[in-house]
Amino acid sequence: MKKAIVLYLHVHQPFRVRHYTIFDAGHQHNYFDAPYDDRTSNERIVHKVAQKSYIPTNRRLLKLLQDYPEFRLSISITGTVIEQLERWAPEALQSFKDIVATGRVEIVAETYHHSLAFFYSRDEFERQVAMHRQKVQEVFGQTPKVFRNTELAYNNDVAYWADQAGYKGILSEGWDKVLGWRSPNFVYRPSYTNSIRLLMKNYKLSDDIAFRFGDRSWAEWPLTAAKFSHWLGSTDGATNFNLFMDYETFGEHQWDESGIFTFLEHLPQEWLQQHDHTFMTVSEVIDAFEPVDTVDMPHTITWADTERDLSAWLGNAMQTSAIQDLYALEKAVLDTKDLALIEDWRKLQTSDHFYYMCTKWFNDGDIHAYFSPYANPYDAFIAFMNAYHDMRFRLIEKGVVL
Amino acid sequence: MKILMLGWELPPHNSGGLGVACYQLCKTLANKGADIEFIVPYTAQHDIAFMKVTSAHPQDVEAIQRSGIAYDSYRYKYTDGHEEVLDIYGQQALYENAVDQMLKQTAEAYELIHAHDWLTFRAALRAKERTGLPLIVHVHSVERDRAGGGLGNPLVREIEATTFLLADKIIAVSKHTKDMIVEDYEIPPQKVEVVHNSLDKDAIEPLDDDNAYRYLTALRGQGYRIVTCVSRLTMQKNLPNLLYAAKEVVERVPKTIFLIVGSGEQYFELISLAADLGISKNVVFTGFQRGKRWRDSYAIGDLFVMPSISEPFGLTALEAISYGTPVLISNQSGVAEVIHNALKVDFWDVRGMANQIVAVMQNDSLRNTLYENSFAEYDRLHWGPAADNLLSIYSQHQQAGATA
Repeated sequence: MKKAIVLYLHVHQPFRVRHYTIFDAGHQHNYFDAPYDDRTSNERIVHKVAQKSYIPTNRRLLKLLQDYPEFRLSISITGTVIEQLERWAPEALQSFKDIVATGRVEIVAETYHHSLAFFYSRDEFERQVAMHRQKVQEVFGQTPKVFRNTELAYNNDVAYWADQAGYKGILSEGWDKVLGWRSPNFVYRPSYTNSIRLLMKNYKLSDDIAFRFGDRSWAEWPLTAAKFSHWLGSTDGATNFNLFMDYETFGEHQWDESGIFTFLEHLPQEWLQQHDHTFMTVSEVIDAFEPVDTVDMPHTITWADTERDLSAWLGNAMQTSAIQDLYALEKAVLDTKDLALIEDWRKLQTSDHFYYMCTKWFNDGDIHAYFSPYANPYDAFIAFMNAYHDMRFRLIEKGVVL
Repeated sequence: MKILMLGWELPPHNSGGLGVACYQLCKTLANKGADIEFIVPYTAQHDIAFMKVTSAHPQDVEAIQRSGIAYDSYRYKYTDGHEEVLDIYGQQALYENAVDQMLKQTAEAYELIHAHDWLTFRAALRAKERTGLPLIVHVHSVERDRAGGGLGNPLVREIEATTFLLADKIIAVSKHTKDMIVEDYEIPPQKVEVVHNSLDKDAIEPLDDDNAYRYLTALRGQGYRIVTCVSRLTMQKNLPNLLYAAKEVVERVPKTIFLIVGSGEQYFELISLAADLGISKNVVFTGFQRGKRWRDSYAIGDLFVMPSISEPFGLTALEAISYGTPVLISNQSGVAEVIHNALKVDFWDVRGMANQIVAVMQNDSLRNTLYENSFAEYDRLHWGPAADNLLSIYSQHQQAGATA
């Protein structure tokens, strides 16, 4: 039986809120337009990530796709990052179109705005999934068949929804508490569903690349493609190795100097030395293998932090009150039919805003600080709430009684 | 009469009410003929004509940069190029040395020393020792005020206690402060004179028509009411209790916004607390503001709240009234002695505070009556009586010094 690497990369950038003050509220509604040299400048960050990660990685992926007919991968790419690439880095967007055009890159479905809407408004969630599907069709000419929820936030309800919505697969974290005695290296079936399949991230192998790759104090450093392929090849009884990670792992989280690109360039060559080794996209692996068991997950799990729950986004009162206040505006905002207002409201739903307000400083704190453009979670909260206040101002201007 | 005045700050380099009070008091004293040299512990330009402002530089220090608000570090640049960052204790020790050096070299014939608050007290005692001049210490706050109900830092209390014993006269900015000096430091009451602070109305810059808080203005148009608080965010100011009261208020009058203007070490704690209480969208934190935004913070309010655990005077309450907003102040404040038409509450009484705020939010006639009567009291205040009182104290001690 074949053994497949299922490489899935997640591409995302939020529209970060600038240092928007209460004195801006009612005067200017440009929450996302920081000066170029500010840490919250979306344009500057997209320029940087395009140069360090998207363009050099896609160049290598395209070459691998050309050189190795068996090489393939899956990506998810949010609406918010596609918009930013269209505006500020069209050459990077073209490089994504180029790899997708090979026919061996599958795009995964998700919410357009990388939101946690599933847990706050099912209607809004479905609208954002539809918006994303339409955007992917327009830009890439592909219709996604496998779903991932934001931050791989997963439970039985999410699986049930995706099954009903007609997706053939759904992605989740392969967290030990879910797996129990099971291995993530197989295809599963979520409980209470008809036909959908579940692919769970092999977090140990994924994090070897995404987090530990450049860590010189790690016992396995340096990690080579040969060593990594050997680990996978000598794993008995596995059918699929689900390597799920942020796309920005390549060149951004792990810099060029770490050797990450060399690792990527050599992985197909090393892995495909055995005739029964191959690569599959998420749909292909679901078609290829029967599920070995069902998985029941009543609680929500995600791919973040040691808790693998939503506490990085909804772990303190600032985060929960900010997100509840935002969703409480849903009806009033949608009723205005003001597209700019509705779009700003949606951009504020992006999960990153709540991640920046996280106050879990221990263990995971360093990774939070690395990803935040704010000096501290309180500044993030204040800027967000001032944008929220301005949303309310705009509603009042439109005659809405608050 | 030539007065050596030792102070810690003057506007625009001030962090709070101390600098404003010193400035306005000196201005009135100067108008009445006092010849003042005011010594500050940092390097800066002051555009002040009515008195001489001198920067006390320790030996070999070229410049002293203030940073942040009260109790933050200063950066000392030495002539040999190296720099040092000193905390508040380092600063007051260097200030003492610098003032002493200055007096050693000066040809000025000072007749009296007037020192404001503990940061200048060691310098004041050294100056008294060197010159033999009478020393008047002016108490704008004592350590127990700043400690928010605790005893505070024993090192600071020791400096205060020693100075109160050795001073020739003690000026307290309120009876509230005098009582603390008498009780906490066992000073005979007749040694302490109450001279209430005031407010220089010429220094009140007028409002314009366009309030900087456009969002809050729009909310007011929707029937919202605004409770405003301008304060350093520090334990003394009792802001956690204000937020607990805010929760009670918002439950009863949801259309209430609390505007918290200022910075301080409790900033993050208060943001978290508001979120924990579930009232984040009703509490707006602006950080520290100056100028128009600062003035508009008072003006946008329907009620100004100063819930301090212990407030020697409380200039912000007068500023609020000057910008059209009635006040709710704690009984533990000096300003409560001069403004009678104010809502007053004990600092610990969260429900009482909420009760009074709710009443004003729901009743514009209460708000308006309160405001009109408080403004009448405010309107009668001026620095003249305080300056006259001080000049007479000066002359008593000048003569006492001359005959000694």
